[in-house]
Amino acid sequence: MRAALLIAWKDLRQRARDRSAPVMMLVPFVLAFIFSQIMGGIGSTGLRFALVDEDGGPVARVFVEEALAPIVDSGAVELTVAGSLREGRDLAESGDVSATFVIPPGFSDEVMSGREAWIDVVGNAGSPISTMAASSIAASFAGEVTTSQASMAAAASLGSLDPGRAAGMIERSSGMPDPISIVDVSATQKSLDQNTFFASGMAVFFLFFTVQAGTLGILSERREGTLSRLLAAPIPRWSILGGQLLSSFALGTFSVVVMIVSTSLLMGAEWGSPVGVGLLVTAGVMAATAMMYLIATFARTMEQAQNMQSAAALVLGMVGGALIPIAQAGGLIERVSLLTPHAWFLSGLSGLQGGGGAADILPDAAAILAFAAVAGVGIILRQGSLTRLARP
Amino acid sequence: MSSRFDASEASGLHDGGRPVLECRGLRKSFGSLVAVNGISFHISEGETYGLLGPNGAGKTTTISMVCGLLEQDEGEVLLDGTRFTPGSVKARAGLGLVPQELAVYPDLTARENLRFFARLYGLRGEDARRRIDEVLLLIGLTERADEVSKKYSGGMKRRLNVGIALLHRPRLLVLDEPTAGVDPQSRNAILEGVERLADEGVGILYTTHYMEEAERVCDRVGIVDAGEIKAEGTHRELVDIVGEFDQIQLTATGDLAAAVRALGEIGAVREASVRDGGIDLITVHAPDVLPDVFAKAAAANVLVRRVEVKEPNLEAVFLHLTGKALRD
Repeated sequence: MRAALLIAWKDLRQRARDRSAPVMMLVPFVLAFIFSQIMGGIGSTGLRFALVDEDGGPVARVFVEEALAPIVDSGAVELTVAGSLREGRDLAESGDVSATFVIPPGFSDEVMSGREAWIDVVGNAGSPISTMAASSIAASFAGEVTTSQASMAAAASLGSLDPGRAAGMIERSSGMPDPISIVDVSATQKSLDQNTFFASGMAVFFLFFTVQAGTLGILSERREGTLSRLLAAPIPRWSILGGQLLSSFALGTFSVVVMIVSTSLLMGAEWGSPVGVGLLVTAGVMAATAMMYLIATFARTMEQAQNMQSAAALVLGMVGGALIPIAQAGGLIERVSLLTPHAWFLSGLSGLQGGGGAADILPDAAAILAFAAVAGVGIILRQGSLTRLARP
Repeated sequence: MSSRFDASEASGLHDGGRPVLECRGLRKSFGSLVAVNGISFHISEGETYGLLGPNGAGKTTTISMVCGLLEQDEGEVLLDGTRFTPGSVKARAGLGLVPQELAVYPDLTARENLRFFARLYGLRGEDARRRIDEVLLLIGLTERADEVSKKYSGGMKRRLNVGIALLHRPRLLVLDEPTAGVDPQSRNAILEGVERLADEGVGILYTTHYMEEAERVCDRVGIVDAGEIKAEGTHRELVDIVGEFDQIQLTATGDLAAAVRALGEIGAVREASVRDGGIDLITVHAPDVLPDVFAKAAAANVLVRRVEVKEPNLEAVFLHLTGKALRD
């Protein structure tokens, strides 16, 4: 064990002198920050919309109270009431809000008389995603209104329908699912908030690149000519492998911890129970190290190994949903994503963010450790490659 | 090809010293390629044994088996009389390896390189610090011990490469072409170091394709070609294989291959081979042969610019034994 620790310490010392190392540590944080800004244009405060109600009628009131109020109450949306169309447009154009709902004069009358009516959405050009969300809210309400209009038309064909009853029908029909589903996240529902998703996604995605440096150790020793010297030293051969794996593990753990601390402090990411996070990170780093090391055993040169590892890290990250929440698409894609440790890592973190504890994410951690175990067996089976690499 | 000092006939140990290393019938193949084919030799305390042969002769593969980097297909290696295999961890403490390529960590300083390997070999504390200082002094790197080694010149790196192998005071030091690509000053320093270590009783296995080095530092030399030791013995013993033969070196231009064929027809010429920019001949009494040599060369349209007649040396022995020049 002493020899393995010596080799690990030597590797880390060399890595510390590599000027690219701090940059590689910084990249995942920078990307997580940029992605979170691009995808929302906002931080953890949620979407910001404005409302211009030039109608003031009963149907407009239903839209505000039944469609907008629930998502404002959930904290996902901040709503500013503008006094005029001009003010609403200015708010959107200046970027103070991402989009402005404009309910035109006569909207309620148009709806109740069964004619075509619409809610305008004025979006900020720099926030396309948020504008799409606002349009979706309006479209969803419009769909419900169309249904109500059909009902009212049917009722009218049977007899007269006074305006109060018509508004009541619309209000009842507005007991619809929220246009944007924002609910309390619990351990069973598993969905990460935006900032935490990008923070954890980037952390696990780049983890597989970070551990590369250590897992290339044997090939690096071979290139430097020092492998033969290590093999000739009075140390067991497993200690060479063990030292390399230890240094990879230390590097990987350090990179994820840096990511957790920096995204918590600077992006407001919420990682959840420290014990649970520790468990997931430990399992994740073990899996990344073992899998990347196993891939390296199939290469003859550093360059080959780097190419193979990078390709694998990229595919696993994409399929595992580390870059986009692919697993939430459900169906086949979700099942395929479970073939990567990334999906289990993110799933575990979702559980923790929803208030779950270490016990709740044990199945996720076990699944990740299974990847590490399978790769570990592969490494043992291929340990003969050490001898192959020592061949003159 | 026969010789008076065939490896299989080697008898007795060097000056009665204890054998540090014995190799018996080593054989190693890589697929259909037989890299080492039945090599046997021994090295005693304080003896420097050279494996002399061209690149690809099997020297490095032999060393890899001696150091436990490769497992032989047949034969055995004995270190201090004990059978040595790749799994013999403790026995490796008595062995120091200087690999052919530079084997130092470029991002570590010389002192850090030495400290790392000192600890791997079990040296600790004050003993390790003292020994590291001694080795730094020995290899002339004390002044620059705390600079990262990638800033060193080639010669300095080579010296560090040797120094690492000396840290733990090995009983057997294995040097695989330690002077390859080294400037004359560093080469001389390395050779002096080898001679000093032998004087201190270290057994040394030295591979090279430089005849001059083998003649200078080796007590005995094994001439290796195609994975076999063609002959072994002291310098004198090996040269006696060639006996009264002389070596003629022609510097010439033209169809050298045709000239070699023509020269081979001269009765007194025992060996003729092309080398870079000329022809090497092993002949009986060179002065008598020279007129025929010039005539045959001229007939083959070869212009002889320079002629050198040499007493037999290891190169001549190699040529005599293998029919080709050492640097082919």
